[in-house]
Amino acid sequence: MEAITEFSGRMIPLPRNDIDTDQIIPARFLKTTHKEGLGQQAFFDWRYDGDGNPREDFPLNQAQYAGASILITGNNFGCGSSREHAPWALQGAGLKAVVSTEFADIFRNNALKNGLLPILVDEETQQQLLSLAEEDPTAEIKIDLTSKTLTLPGGRPVGFPIDGFSRHCLMNGVDQLGFLLALDEDIRDFEREHPPRVNTGVPETPS
Amino acid sequence: MNDEQRRNGVPRTLFAKIWEDHIIRAQEPEVPAVLYIDLHLIHEVTSPQAFTTLRERGLKVRRPGQTIGVMDHSTPTIPRNELGIIPIADIQAATQLETFADNCRKYGITMYELGHENQGIVHVIGPEQGLTQPGMTIVCGDSHTSTHGAFGALAFGIGTSEVGHVLATQTLLQNRPKTMAIQVDGRLQEGVAAKDIILAIIARIGIHGGTGHIFEYRGDAIRSLSMEGRMTVCNMSIEGGARAGMVAPDETTFEYVHGRPFAPQGADWDAAVAHWRSLPSDEGAPYDAEIQLDASQLTPMITYGTNPGMGMPIDGRVPDPDQETTVNERSALDKALRYMDLQPGQPLLGQPVDVVFLGSCTNSRFSDLQQAARIIEGRRVADQVRMLVVPGSQQVKAQAEAAGLDEIFRNAGAEWREAGCSMCIAMNGDQLAPGQYAISTSNRNFEGRQGKGGRTFLASPLTATATAIHGVITDPRTLIGANN
Repeated sequence: MEAITEFSGRMIPLPRNDIDTDQIIPARFLKTTHKEGLGQQAFFDWRYDGDGNPREDFPLNQAQYAGASILITGNNFGCGSSREHAPWALQGAGLKAVVSTEFADIFRNNALKNGLLPILVDEETQQQLLSLAEEDPTAEIKIDLTSKTLTLPGGRPVGFPIDGFSRHCLMNGVDQLGFLLALDEDIRDFEREHPPRVNTGVPETPS
Repeated sequence: MNDEQRRNGVPRTLFAKIWEDHIIRAQEPEVPAVLYIDLHLIHEVTSPQAFTTLRERGLKVRRPGQTIGVMDHSTPTIPRNELGIIPIADIQAATQLETFADNCRKYGITMYELGHENQGIVHVIGPEQGLTQPGMTIVCGDSHTSTHGAFGALAFGIGTSEVGHVLATQTLLQNRPKTMAIQVDGRLQEGVAAKDIILAIIARIGIHGGTGHIFEYRGDAIRSLSMEGRMTVCNMSIEGGARAGMVAPDETTFEYVHGRPFAPQGADWDAAVAHWRSLPSDEGAPYDAEIQLDASQLTPMITYGTNPGMGMPIDGRVPDPDQETTVNERSALDKALRYMDLQPGQPLLGQPVDVVFLGSCTNSRFSDLQQAARIIEGRRVADQVRMLVVPGSQQVKAQAEAAGLDEIFRNAGAEWREAGCSMCIAMNGDQLAPGQYAISTSNRNFEGRQGKGGRTFLASPLTATATAIHGVITDPRTLIGANN
């Protein structure tokens, strides 16, 4: 994974609340066995009409937002299914961060594991960013993991929370699997004291 | 909690007991806890990329014997051909299923393939096979893994990266969640079901009311539910924002688990039950939040909007965006009603539907089908309505057929299908056409969830079946008693 310390980017406004993972990537696109190539399908049913033509009123289709990398959304982003295809699709569409006032637990976990930053802000900052993104599509904001701040174009920094472990992994470009693999001894000890609760290889015959 | 506190008898919740029993490495301010996973359920949609990670890094599956695979999401539910095979027309789905079978074979994981006698929705077959047991940690790359919490297990959905973590290490990094006690007391009226309890809870707390928490459902209304009813309730915990929902194990639980293929036997059974009896939350155990619900006041519930929190009593009227307090709420409700093509203030009773879907990991078990069959027996699905009945597993299907339920549904004009997720997630060809209305016993009414442009009303099997009979949304209480 690529290490992330800070980056600047332009914003795409998507001022809807409760955007669920079925909107981020509809289930019919989950028949893939890869992570790549899902960007085209991000927000598919909002992005294209019934005939497959891009809807002009959808921000992701608008020329002024081409190349923007930070999605500013309404409240409670990412509810619904556990599909990691959601962050894969958003990244495939060129996004590096999503800003909201709340994230669903599973989506937040999935995003952090892929280097897509879920940036939690208060409602005032969210509204300010939404207006800014709509009024000036060239405006850039900066996200800095070292100082855990989002910096507005005027220079005002706004802090955001991120758990220390995820931040460490992101800033060093390491994933969590390596950490767990290094615990092999501890896992062995635990397994010695706790025999498996089931053996799926051998069903018992009911008495 | 440390050993000293434990000796001092500090009361603990069901959640805390299971959590603490599975800690390999305690949580630190900057590092989450490392939790051991007893059972890992995998399916074709969220596992292929995790197996790719194993291959790329040269890793094995650490505990194939604590892992089980089943095909359910992208599987067709159309009838078997003359060779007894369920044909897969969709090439992409066929490739995904083959990849899954191949991965399970190569890594030595027991897998129930399409049409196998034990195949079915992952959250139906775990309990059915006796794999799901009290006190366990259970995960699956599927948000409805919360279902297994009905047995007093800590069960939650994970993403594909985490599927890889569990395959390779049988562990997960987790920050300790908060707990919310959901106390449900009182006796349900006739015609009101477990589904109505959970829809009422979500309508009350909203779809993010449980974010950061796990639920423990308590109270005599929960205790009186069957295991299948408890599974329905726990299943939709995620719809209230909670990754897990739990019910303390009791005699009902033990009776359900006893004698199932993977359940402990003989002396092991006695030892297991003795341990399970120690799991319920201690008197005075602390919760981070608590809500209460009076089951006796509940009516059948129905959703009117585009998330599961947009629900109301079946005889209610669609809310008016102008009555909402914030701009955000106004605009969310307005968008939902426009998508659903419903008017503020209109009743939903009498609203026509095109499709009735009886199935999904929420409501596809034998008792769900049996309740539906009881009210449709001797009646017909309304002429213009398509009703799909999709058993949750091949075992449920066989049991229903042995009881003659398939005949009852067929005679009523409903389709009797093979087992799978089907129209709950609509990735297998079972889907709504744009603009169609469905009443569905599934768990999500998000835009396009059951097919692009489709509109979903979530309800119980009783309400869905009553609606099938009249072709318009119907209060099941008007049909109950007339038949029995």
